[in-house]
Amino acid sequence: MTLPAVLPLDIVVGVVLYWLVLGVAGLVRPQHLVFVSRVLFPLSVAGALALTVAAAVSVTQPPAAAVLPLGLPDLPFHLRLDALSAFFIALLGFAVTGISLFSSGYFRHGQGTAPGLLCLQYHVFLSAMVLVLLADDAYLFMVAWETMAVSSYFLVIASHRIPEIRSAGFLYLLLAHLGAIGILLAFGVTHGAGGDYTFDGMRQSQLSNFWASTAFLLALFGFGAKAGLLPLHAWLPEAHPAAPSPVSALMSGVMLKTAIYGMLRVTFDLLPFQLWWWGVVALVLGLLTALFGVMFAAVQTEMKRLLAYSSIEHIGIVVAGFGLTIIFHAYDNPQLAALALVATLYHCLNHACFKSLLFLATGSVLHATRERRLGKLGGLIQSMPWVGALALVGTLAIAGLPPLNGFVSEWLLLQAFLFSPGLPNPYLNMLVPLGSAALVLASALAAYVMVKFYGVIFLGQPRDPGLAKAHDAGGWERAGLAWLAAACVLLGVFPFGVIALLDHVTLPLVRYAVGANAGEHGWLLLAPVSAARASYAPLLFLLGIAGGVGVTFLAVRKFYHGRVRRDLPWDCGYLALTPRMQDTAEGFGQPIKQIFEPFFRIKRHMPGPFDAQPYYSATTEDRFWHWLYVPVVKFNHRVSEWVSVLQHGRIYLYLLYSFVTLIALLLLAR
Amino acid sequence: MSLSAQLINLMAALLLLIAFAMLSQRRILSLIHLYAWQGVVLATNNIVIGYSTGQTHLYYSALLTFALKAILLPWILHRLIVRLNIRWDVETLINIPATMLVGIALVVFAFNLALPISQLAGTITRSTLGIAIAIVLLSFLMMITRRKAVPQVIGFLALENGLFFAATSATYGMPLAVELGIALDVLVGVLILGIFFFQVREAFDSLDLRHMEKLKETDQ
Repeated sequence: MTLPAVLPLDIVVGVVLYWLVLGVAGLVRPQHLVFVSRVLFPLSVAGALALTVAAAVSVTQPPAAAVLPLGLPDLPFHLRLDALSAFFIALLGFAVTGISLFSSGYFRHGQGTAPGLLCLQYHVFLSAMVLVLLADDAYLFMVAWETMAVSSYFLVIASHRIPEIRSAGFLYLLLAHLGAIGILLAFGVTHGAGGDYTFDGMRQSQLSNFWASTAFLLALFGFGAKAGLLPLHAWLPEAHPAAPSPVSALMSGVMLKTAIYGMLRVTFDLLPFQLWWWGVVALVLGLLTALFGVMFAAVQTEMKRLLAYSSIEHIGIVVAGFGLTIIFHAYDNPQLAALALVATLYHCLNHACFKSLLFLATGSVLHATRERRLGKLGGLIQSMPWVGALALVGTLAIAGLPPLNGFVSEWLLLQAFLFSPGLPNPYLNMLVPLGSAALVLASALAAYVMVKFYGVIFLGQPRDPGLAKAHDAGGWERAGLAWLAAACVLLGVFPFGVIALLDHVTLPLVRYAVGANAGEHGWLLLAPVSAARASYAPLLFLLGIAGGVGVTFLAVRKFYHGRVRRDLPWDCGYLALTPRMQDTAEGFGQPIKQIFEPFFRIKRHMPGPFDAQPYYSATTEDRFWHWLYVPVVKFNHRVSEWVSVLQHGRIYLYLLYSFVTLIALLLLAR
Repeated sequence: MSLSAQLINLMAALLLLIAFAMLSQRRILSLIHLYAWQGVVLATNNIVIGYSTGQTHLYYSALLTFALKAILLPWILHRLIVRLNIRWDVETLINIPATMLVGIALVVFAFNLALPISQLAGTITRSTLGIAIAIVLLSFLMMITRRKAVPQVIGFLALENGLFFAATSATYGMPLAVELGIALDVLVGVLILGIFFFQVREAFDSLDLRHMEKLKETDQ
């Protein structure tokens, strides 16, 4: 008798069940913090690791499918683990390993929701995300998608005693549902013959250009609302600061990627063909989102809001890559389509690592200082060396500096942009270089934003005397941060393995594999198209930097040692320099505010010469809020007022309405 | 025209008469009695149709109708008004003669509406469909013109009687399972409304529905 081989799909489903059991176990002793955080969350890490390995293995394997005997009668749940789902599940498992490790030491009492309940919501959220990625029919997809939205809503409002957090959660829930309507309609348009809502049925459906475009735009709207594309981004800067830090990390690092997965799944897998102008829509929307996000990140004065806007920027870059893939694919250029897709997917993976890392680092800072305003922080690298060092890795990675991982994906995407001349459409040939310029601008500004983020929080002098006593993160938190920081370095220095894995994803979607080409120059040199045009050798780069720094260090030590004279710097004649005189977050963002003033809605109060208590204040608001959201709310109110004219509260009037309607319908129907 | 058809027409006429009587009745106690009589006539009608068409399930239906609509519900309503101590006269929103005139217009409308259906139908009861629709509309009118809660509930029950009558006259009655379900719904509905009356009286010290106008959301 031979044991049946355990398939990766079985392991993935097993981990989902395991997580659900862990979540329910949290309810056994909901108030017992040590049990929940020191026992359940570390156990959850084991599940995440198993998930990562199983999914990474199954990327190379042929798709596996299963039917679960759950759901409605005659409408079972279909599961399918193909390369695309496996890649995103591996991404999820990898990021969750770090986040759960961190969470084991993070949660404290008195945050509103009891720890055990939080554990349940956390694990339901994780399981729902995996099921979204596994779903092979629209029914299970929507059930998992909504479960994901609702469980994350409860996680966002964990500190539900604060009114601002409740309203942030409400905004999130509202936009999540708006997006879900778009997705539902997209599936409705795509459905197969005879109302077949399995993805297999949808793949075979015959759609005209008009209906395929409708489905694409609906999906872009629906998934865009979850990802934070431009007009529907409003929930991100509200919900991310409101949520506990591991939850922000999960939402920004992992949940946004499920929306990208949905876009890829619908566009390249379910729809029978792709039109070039879909790509232009996605590209333009993505680039605008990226520029908008980075500009607003530059003027933020609160650390988690800054990271939330930075998430908008990165999602914009990913969607721009997605749009570029569609353009190349529609013009039948599989090589460049595969290159753009690899860059898109790689950026998803990188963003999951460094954004989770930075959100978790802000969590540690928040716990140590109870302060989230940048203006009150500073000099924390002295008191929190571990968090400071690990956050530095994340900061450099997110700023797109070689040899870390952010550079690799942005470089690949730029290569895809730069190879584009040669498209058969002259307008596109003009547009795409403009797009690459916008991408470079966004990356440069992102580096600026990250200098501000890291500099104001960790460098300089503490702006508040209490900060000197801030404690460093505990062992669990350090382990979580170190896991993600290591990923940032390894993904940057050894990108070949991941790109070889991504071949299995791009091959079924755009019928081309880049990795074979990229790897032919050995694992040292990354040359996606040909080494003659462009190549990048991350390891040599790292060695070069390390060597240069080392030589300089030794030289300085050798030749200047002993000749250094320590003295106070010239203080411009001030008698006492205080930490308040340092450059602030507002000051650092001032140039951006000046240059891009028309894009912001700035309210300033200047102190007058005769004010008894002079003060200066400036707030920067999102113009979209006043362009889009406020008018919608006002319109809604006005319609409600019209309808309320009918509302008199008299029962006989209501009866009369029904009676008149009945008579009118009878008259019409005869 | 056969005897049974004439009997059915007689029953239909009686039902219409009772509906008009309810519309013009001012006293709650009399309203309940009229409702009970309506139940008796409905049950008799079912027996006549069952006898003339050979549909045995209509006998069970008649038994159920009699037990529920002629005995149980009137008894519950009677106990309710004794315990709530509201035997007094009903105030109407529109005066009674005007209501009757509107009622006549509705009956004409209902007959006009049912005419094409009756011509197509081959059932023995085809001429009564117009009356059934008229009863539904008249009961609806009664609900609209009454100001107190109990007469509105009686109007609602009479409306259900009208629908029941329409079902028997159009298709010789619904399947027994459906009828049982509806009967149970009506019973539970009345019980809940009975509890609801006590709550309303406790909150407003009256069963006058004008007090409910305070419950609306906007303050205009």
